[in-house]
Amino acid sequence: MTDERSAPAGAVLVVGGGISGLTAALEAAEVGKDVFLIEKNSYLGGRVAQLNQYFPKLCPPSCGLEINFQRIKSNRLVRVYTMTEVKSVTGGPGNYQVTLESKPRFINNNCTACGACADACPDERDNDFNFGMDKSKAVYKPHDMAFPMKYVLDKNACSAAGLQAIKDACKYDAVDLDMAAKEFTVDVSAIVWATGWNPYDPTKMTNLKYDSSNAIITNMMMERLAAPNGPTGGKILRPGDNKEPASFAFVQCAGSRDENHLEYCSYICCMASMKHINYIREQYPTAKITVFYIDLRTPGKYEKFREKLMADANITWVKGKVADIVAAADGSVTLIAENAVTGAKIKETVDLAILATGMEPAAKAQAAALGLSVDSNGFILADANGGMVSAGCAKKAADVVTCAQSATAAAMKAIQASRR
Amino acid sequence: MGKKYGAYICTGCGIGDALDIAALTKAAKENGMEAKIHEALCSAAGRELIENDIANDGVNTLVVCACSPRVMKDEFNFGDDKYVTRANLREGVAWCVEEVTEKHTAEKVKEFATEKGQDYVRMACVQAKKGDVPDPYKLETLNRKILVMGGGIAGMTAAMDAAKAGYAVTIIETQDKLGGKALGWRKQFPTAAPWTELEEPTVSAMVAAVQAEAAITLKTSTEVARIAGAPGAYKVTLKAAGTKSEWDAPKKVGVDEQDKISKGEMEDPNAGLQPYMKDDAAAEDFGAVVLATGWNPADVSEYAHLGYGKLKGVVTNAEFEKLAKTGKVPANVAFVQSPGGAEHDQDFPYCNSVTSMVALKQARYVREDNAEGKAYVLYQHMRTPGNMEMFYKGAQNNDGIFMTKAIVTQVEESGNGLAVHLKDTLLNEDVTLNVDMVVLAAGMVPTTSDKPTINLAYRQGPAFLDLELFDGYADSHFICFPYETRRTGVYACGGVRKAMNMEETIDDACGAALKAIQSIESADRGVAVHPRSGDGTYPEFFFQRCTQCKRCTEECPFGALDDDEKGTPKPNPTRCRRCGTCMGACPERIIGFKNYNIDQVGSMVKCIEVPDDDEDKLRIIVFACENDAYPALDMAAMRKLPQNALIRVVSVRCLGSVNMAWIKDALSAGMDGALLLGCKFGDDYQCHFVKGSELADKRMANIGETLGSLGLEPERCAVRQIAINEYNKVDEIINEFVEAIIALGPNPFKGF
Repeated sequence: MTDERSAPAGAVLVVGGGISGLTAALEAAEVGKDVFLIEKNSYLGGRVAQLNQYFPKLCPPSCGLEINFQRIKSNRLVRVYTMTEVKSVTGGPGNYQVTLESKPRFINNNCTACGACADACPDERDNDFNFGMDKSKAVYKPHDMAFPMKYVLDKNACSAAGLQAIKDACKYDAVDLDMAAKEFTVDVSAIVWATGWNPYDPTKMTNLKYDSSNAIITNMMMERLAAPNGPTGGKILRPGDNKEPASFAFVQCAGSRDENHLEYCSYICCMASMKHINYIREQYPTAKITVFYIDLRTPGKYEKFREKLMADANITWVKGKVADIVAAADGSVTLIAENAVTGAKIKETVDLAILATGMEPAAKAQAAALGLSVDSNGFILADANGGMVSAGCAKKAADVVTCAQSATAAAMKAIQASRR
Repeated sequence: MGKKYGAYICTGCGIGDALDIAALTKAAKENGMEAKIHEALCSAAGRELIENDIANDGVNTLVVCACSPRVMKDEFNFGDDKYVTRANLREGVAWCVEEVTEKHTAEKVKEFATEKGQDYVRMACVQAKKGDVPDPYKLETLNRKILVMGGGIAGMTAAMDAAKAGYAVTIIETQDKLGGKALGWRKQFPTAAPWTELEEPTVSAMVAAVQAEAAITLKTSTEVARIAGAPGAYKVTLKAAGTKSEWDAPKKVGVDEQDKISKGEMEDPNAGLQPYMKDDAAAEDFGAVVLATGWNPADVSEYAHLGYGKLKGVVTNAEFEKLAKTGKVPANVAFVQSPGGAEHDQDFPYCNSVTSMVALKQARYVREDNAEGKAYVLYQHMRTPGNMEMFYKGAQNNDGIFMTKAIVTQVEESGNGLAVHLKDTLLNEDVTLNVDMVVLAAGMVPTTSDKPTINLAYRQGPAFLDLELFDGYADSHFICFPYETRRTGVYACGGVRKAMNMEETIDDACGAALKAIQSIESADRGVAVHPRSGDGTYPEFFFQRCTQCKRCTEECPFGALDDDEKGTPKPNPTRCRRCGTCMGACPERIIGFKNYNIDQVGSMVKCIEVPDDDEDKLRIIVFACENDAYPALDMAAMRKLPQNALIRVVSVRCLGSVNMAWIKDALSAGMDGALLLGCKFGDDYQCHFVKGSELADKRMANIGETLGSLGLEPERCAVRQIAINEYNKVDEIINEFVEAIIALGPNPFKGF
C-alpha cells in the first residue's frame, strides 16, 4: 500500500484521507486506477475518525473505516502518504505535476506500535485529536484505530532527556530523530480535492463567549466527550471541573446561516445535536435539555429520528437565536434568547452549553496559492476542463452519505479525465 | 499446489516475555513444522528470513505467529501465490494476559497464556494445511455494456458519464421521449454562486447531448420485462412499455408455496409466465444495471382539512409547475409545506428537503407573472440545506414573498378564492390569508414503492429487499457505503433512491455509473465487490451431496443463488459478496471457499487442546466477526485490557458463515461453551452482510434445543452483539459468559 514504486501513467491524486478522500481513492482503485492518497494528518479517517457515532443509525464510524482500511491494505494500487500536503501544481488536465511535501514523523516504518516509547516518554502534549481536552505523551499513537498503526513524535513537545528515553525504549530502531521533511513530485492525470472541513472558530461569535467558561463547548468536543476512546472514557462531563451536568443547552446555527460568519447552512448540525441528545440520554435519562434553533432541518428519513426526541418531556425546543451567553461563578452559564413564536424573552441557566458550530472548508486559506477556483465561501468549484475535481465537504457542506456519493462521482470524473 | 510449509514465531512486542516460546515451537512441531524464531519478524531482517526460505527451499505456505492478522498485512504479504496464515500471539495473547493475583500467580498467568498461544499456533498450522490460495472465478464471456433504466436527469447523467469513461450504454425509457420530469419544469434551482437566481432548464441540452453520443443506444417507450443472469452476464428481456409479456419477472414462490401449488391447493401467481430460470434466447446482454426510474408525485388527498380534491384552487406543487410552464400563475398563492395541522410539525411524506426549495421556486413564478403578486410560504421548518440557504435568503429579500412558520389548521372556500387559517405564526397571532390558490408540497414517491421495477428473474423475487426500511426508496442501509444494496451489479440513483434535487441527482448518477463499471471490472477479474473487495475466492459446492434443502438459496443476503432445472442450487458467483452465509446455512456442509471452509475451521476447532481433568482449564470457543468484534478484541488488547485466558477466538467473515457443525465439533471435542460475537441486528443492523448476526442468532437458538436433547445445557451456546468501538465492554461480555459456563461446570462429554 505505501509502495513507493513510481505509478504508471494515468494515476489519480487524491488530496485528503477523510471519508471522502478514502472513498474516492478506493472507488477509483477498485476499477483499476493507480492512486496516490495523501493526508496532512498522521492518520487516515479525518473528521469521521473523531466522531463517536453516525446519525441516524447511531453506529460507530470506525466500523466503516475498518472496512475501508482493509480495502486499502489489500489493494496495491493505492499508495498512502500521511503527514503530506500539496506544495504546488503545474500542468493541466491529463498531465499534472504535483509537488508534495511530507513532514517528518520521526518514527520510521520499523514501528510495531508496541507502545514502549510512550511508556518511557516523560513529556506530554495537548491532544489535538480530543480538542485539547486531555494530554497525550509527546510520542503517541494518534488514536486507537489509527491507520497506519504507527506512533508519531511531537519533537517540539519533548525534552532532550525525553528524546533519549524514547530512543532507548525502542527495540526496533524505529525512532529517527534526524528525519527531515521530504519533497517529491508525482505525475498524475487528475486531482481529487477532498480536503474536508474545519469546525467554525467559535471565538469569532463574540456574543456566544466561548472563551468565558468551560461550560461552553462545541459539537465536535461533544463527540470526543461521548467517545469511549475520548478524554473522559466516554463519560459526558464538564471540562475543567468534571462535573456531571444536570442540564444542557444546544445553540444551533452557531456561525451558520449568518452573513457575518457562514452564510450557508452547514447541513449536519441539526441532526448532530439530536444525536448528541441521544448520547446524553444514555447517561442522563432525565437531564433537562433546551434546544435553541431557527429551523429543525431533519428532512426525509431523519424526521423519525426527530419525532422520537420531540416526545421527550424533558427537552424544550425554542425557535429563537441565542443572543448572549453569560458565565456564572459556579461554573454554569445562562443563555439569553427570544422565542420567535411567542415573543417571550428567555433566560436559561445550564451546566453545559453546546455550540452547534458549522463547517468551514479546510482548503479556504490555501486555495488561491494552489490555483484552485473556489466560491466566495471557500468551497472548491469543479474545473470545467475536468482535471481538478472536488469531493465531499471540500465541495459543499454535506453529511457522510452525501460525501460518499460525491466522492464516488469524483472518482468517475478523475477516471474520465485520465482517458483524455 | 504442492505445499511446502514454513512456520515462524515472533518474540517481539512482549510475546517472548509473556509466553513460553519453546512450548509454542512444540505446538508447531505436533503439526510437522519446525518453527523458526525471530525477535521482530516484521522487520527487514525478519522478512528476509522468510523470503530466504521461499527462495531457497520453495516454501509457499507460511504460518506467521506474531501479531493480529489485521496489522502488518503488507509486511507478511509474500505474493498472491503464497498462502499465509497468522496466529495472533500479540493482541490475542501477550497483550491481554490476565491480571496477576494471589490466587492467579504470575506463573499461572504465563501457563494459561502459553496454552492459549499454543492453541493459536496449532490453529494457524491446521488452517495452513486445510486452506489454499484463491483461484478466481472467471465468466466464460463478459459483457461490458451498461443498462440504464430511466431517461430522466439521473438516467441521462449516468449514461453520459459511463460513455465518457469508455463504456457502451443502452438507456430504456417508458415514455416516448427522453427528459423525464425535468421536461415539465419552467425554471430550475440555482446551481452556482450567488445561489439566489433561478436558472433556465438545462434538460433539453442534456437530451441533445445524449442523442448525439455514439456510445449510447436509446430505446424509448420501452421497459424491462425481466433481468436474468448476473454482473458481467445479465440477460435482459425488453418489451414495449405498458404491455404484458410471458417474460415478465415472476413473483417469488417459496418452497412451501411451491408445494401447495403442485398439490393444487394454491393458485400459481406466475401462471402464464416463463419460469425465472428459463433462458430467453432473444434477451440482450448487459454487464451491469443503473436504476434511475425516478419518482411520482405523492397523493395528498388524505389531508381533509387542506381540501385537496374537494376545493377548487387547491393543487399540488407538481400541478402548479405544469400551470406555470404553460401559462400565467395566479397573483395570490399560499404554499403549504407541512400538513399536520396541530397534530405534528412534519413535512408531507416523501418530501426530504426538495419541496421547501420547490415552494421557493414557485413563489418566484407568482412574482414573475404578477406585478402585485403575493406568495405566502407557510412552513414548520424551512429546509434549504447547504448553499440553498442563499436561495432562501434571496426569496426573503423579495418584497412579494412572505414566509412564516405556521400551523395550517384549515383551508376553505371564501368568495371567489380560498381562506387559509393559520395558528402559531411568527406574527405572534392567528391569521387568515385570502388567496387565489393553495399549493400543497406533495412529496416524491419512488417508483419502487409499489412495483418491483427492477424486475429481476431471481429466485428471491423480482424486487429489492427491505425497502420498507427506507419508505420504499431503493436506498442503501449503510451510511459509509451509499451504493450498497442487496443486489450486486444494480445501482440506484436519483429520485428512486431519495427525494433529491437536480444537482444532487447528477452527483448521485455519476457515482452509480462508476459502481456499475466497477462491478463489471471486478467480475472480469473474478474478484468480489464491496465489502470484501478484491477477494478472489468464491463459494464452491460439492453438489453430489446436495439434498436440495434450499437453505443456501433462501438465506443468501444478496440473492446470489438460483435453482437450476433440477432444483439444485445454481451459484451466480458474480452476484456473490463472499460472506459465507451459504456455507453457514448448509446442513450437508458441502459449501466452502479455497481459504475458508467447513473442514478447515472445524479442524482448527478440533485441534484445540482440551484438558480432560482440570476444572480450572475450561475451554470456550469464540467465533468473532472479522470486521467488528475481532477488531474490538484487538483494540481492547492494545489498551492492555486483560482477557479471559480460557477463550479461543476464531475470526470469521461474518457470523452468518458460522456453520453449526463447528459448534458441535467444539462441544464433542470436550470444549465447554461456544460464544458468537457479531454485529448489532434489527432495523438499524450494522452487519455489512445484512443478516449474518441475526441468522446466527436463530441458528444458535435451534442448536440450543439440539443440545438440550443431548443432555447439554442450551446456555453453553450464545450470541452477543457488539460494535467495533465497544472494546471497553468486550471483556465484560466474555467474562459474563465464561462465568456462566463455570457455574454449569465442565462439559460432561469431556474425555469421550
